[in-house]
Amino acid sequence: MCKQTVIELSVNNHPGVMSHICGLFARRAYNVEGIACMPVNGGGTSKIWLLVDADDRLDQMIKQVDKLEDVLIVERYDSGHPVFAKMAEFVQ
Amino acid sequence: MKMSGAEITIKLLERQGVRTIAGIPGGANLPLYDALGQSGNIKHILTRHEQGAGFIAQGMARVTGKPAVFFATSGPGATNTLTAIADAKLDSIPIICITGQVPLSMIGTDAFQEVDTYGLSVPITKHNFLVRSAEDLLKVIPDAFRIAASGRPGPVVIDVPKDVQMAMVEFDQWPEPGVPDATPELFHGEIEHAASMINRAEKPILYLGGGVIQSDSASQALAVAEKGAIPSVMTLMGLGTIPTGHPLNLGMLGMHAARYTNLALEECDLLIAVGVRFDDRATGKVSEFCPNAKIIHMDIDPSELDKIKTAHASVRGDVADVLKALLPHIERQSRTEWNSRIEALKAAHPMIVPGADDPTSPYGVILKAAELVGDQAIVCTDVGQHQMRTAQVYPFTQPRHWLTSGGLGTMGFGMPAALGAALAAPDKPVICFSGDGSIMMNIQDLATAMEYDIPVKIILTNNNALGLVRQQQDLFYGKRYVASDYCKCVDFMKIADGFGIRTFDLGNCEDPEGTLAQALAEPGPALIHVPISPDEPVYPMVAPGAANSQMIGGENHV
Ligand SMILES: Cc1ncc(C[n+]2csc(CCOP(=O)(O)OP(=O)(O)O)c2C)c(N)n1
Repeated sequence: MCKQTVIELSVNNHPGVMSHICGLFARRAYNVEGIACMPVNGGGTSKIWLLVDADDRLDQMIKQVDKLEDVLIVERYDSGHPVFAKMAEFVQ
Repeated sequence: MKMSGAEITIKLLERQGVRTIAGIPGGANLPLYDALGQSGNIKHILTRHEQGAGFIAQGMARVTGKPAVFFATSGPGATNTLTAIADAKLDSIPIICITGQVPLSMIGTDAFQEVDTYGLSVPITKHNFLVRSAEDLLKVIPDAFRIAASGRPGPVVIDVPKDVQMAMVEFDQWPEPGVPDATPELFHGEIEHAASMINRAEKPILYLGGGVIQSDSASQALAVAEKGAIPSVMTLMGLGTIPTGHPLNLGMLGMHAARYTNLALEECDLLIAVGVRFDDRATGKVSEFCPNAKIIHMDIDPSELDKIKTAHASVRGDVADVLKALLPHIERQSRTEWNSRIEALKAAHPMIVPGADDPTSPYGVILKAAELVGDQAIVCTDVGQHQMRTAQVYPFTQPRHWLTSGGLGTMGFGMPAALGAALAAPDKPVICFSGDGSIMMNIQDLATAMEYDIPVKIILTNNNALGLVRQQQDLFYGKRYVASDYCKCVDFMKIADGFGIRTFDLGNCEDPEGTLAQALAEPGPALIHVPISPDEPVYPMVAPGAANSQMIGGENHV
């Protein structure tokens, strides 16, 4: 099985941000395996966690995501993130 | 202050220094147009197609380096802008498209002339906005100018619903105009490392692209080349960086490069890539590009570094800052051996220019026109053989005087871009080389040229064919010319005449050179018609997907 990575994004919270991010992955034929998103601090910004396969295009994908105007911070968790461990319980 | 969203928008554009806006009105942007009509400072250019308005904005932005604005209404107006926006994205050109949209409450109802402009423009813009309140305009408009011009420039779309344009807002003060963000800090270790690689290289080549033009650093690039005696190639977008005729200039690289240029790249031991993105038209088959070379890549956009080719050293930063910081570390050298090897390659594999002395031939007309218009002229092209010929032989002497659709290769770019160039630089002659296929794609804007008396000179080489496509069929599809030859002829003289444009025909005239000179000296717009054969290839050519060393044609038979 392919190794997976979690990318955590802090983003501006308005309609359209999700389509920028998902569109970027879709256009480059890079599948997003899991998504979680929650507003932060009253909703001016949100956090998005993306669960993706760690293939050799990942560095380029992260650079592209980082370029998006509405993306404020990008962090990478190569050993996974508890958000998806918890979510997994709902889809068993 | 109390103003409507539309009035705020126009005022903010004035405060950004915008003096010309091209576009077409419609129901969804009429409030903006009404406010524009009250502005004494902004001139509007009414085009005949929104794509033309987009390319006029591009022409202005490419010449000035500053963001230029254009307007379209919702629905079909907005969809007509998409090609010009995508073109700007691929060539990193700062334009701002402001579209009208149906009222907020009707968004998502399939209302009359509603289209998801935001959704359509996501993949072809640097950033885009759907404005949800008139107050937001006070932030969005300066932001759009900042984003379009910061870092690697690019297009921005602002979609403004009609009720937002009409809503009244009270506010205390105007926001500051949007200006580009400060350029990123350099890592001096990267600069020093790059410099030492350059100083140690025996056969380096500078590979200069649109990033050098965009960052206004052509003179720094030339200084680095001269101090290190480094031969330099340019991408299609980088032409004008090193003056033609400069001994270190190797011209354009890639698919239609001179033989010596691609052969020199085969031999180089260090490729210094500056503001380029390793486009396949430049590199040919990437795995065989510069097979013996280490690579240094300098770019403001970190996502370009290691995207196509993994560099041995990368330098992240604004190319102007990078070159400035680099120069003192470059050892003054003469590299006699390498430069004499280059001279030998030039002598053995020169650029062959058939018909160079004949102003009625495809190459000859370019060279003659260049001689007649002088080195201040701005040169635009459409897309096709005429474009590649111009790139190959036009004697470029300075940056921002060469406007062509590089990344997207959009037919229909040339004439409206030339209009934009002439509007932005009224003191300079503007010529546009076009083909009979390309000019058709935005021919309606001949009327725009006539109406505003914009003095562009269009040199139309007419082979009654889609020349560059036909050439590929000739070489790679067994001469089966499917859908690339026109069966009947269009009378471009009559058409231009009908649009109110002066016409000159080099085909049926006694003194083609005199006629060309007379046409170029016309005060207003003019169309110069040059009938040519469809069977004149642009050589050399590298087959798509092949290595640059595998050039077809253009050999020196002595
Ligand atoms: C909008 C658009 N459609 C199709 C193409 C594909 N294409 C590239 S060159 C070319 C032919 C151009 O013909 P013309 O403008 O007459 O120039 P020539 O090659 O004959 O000089 C075509 C169809 C394109 N580049 N742009």
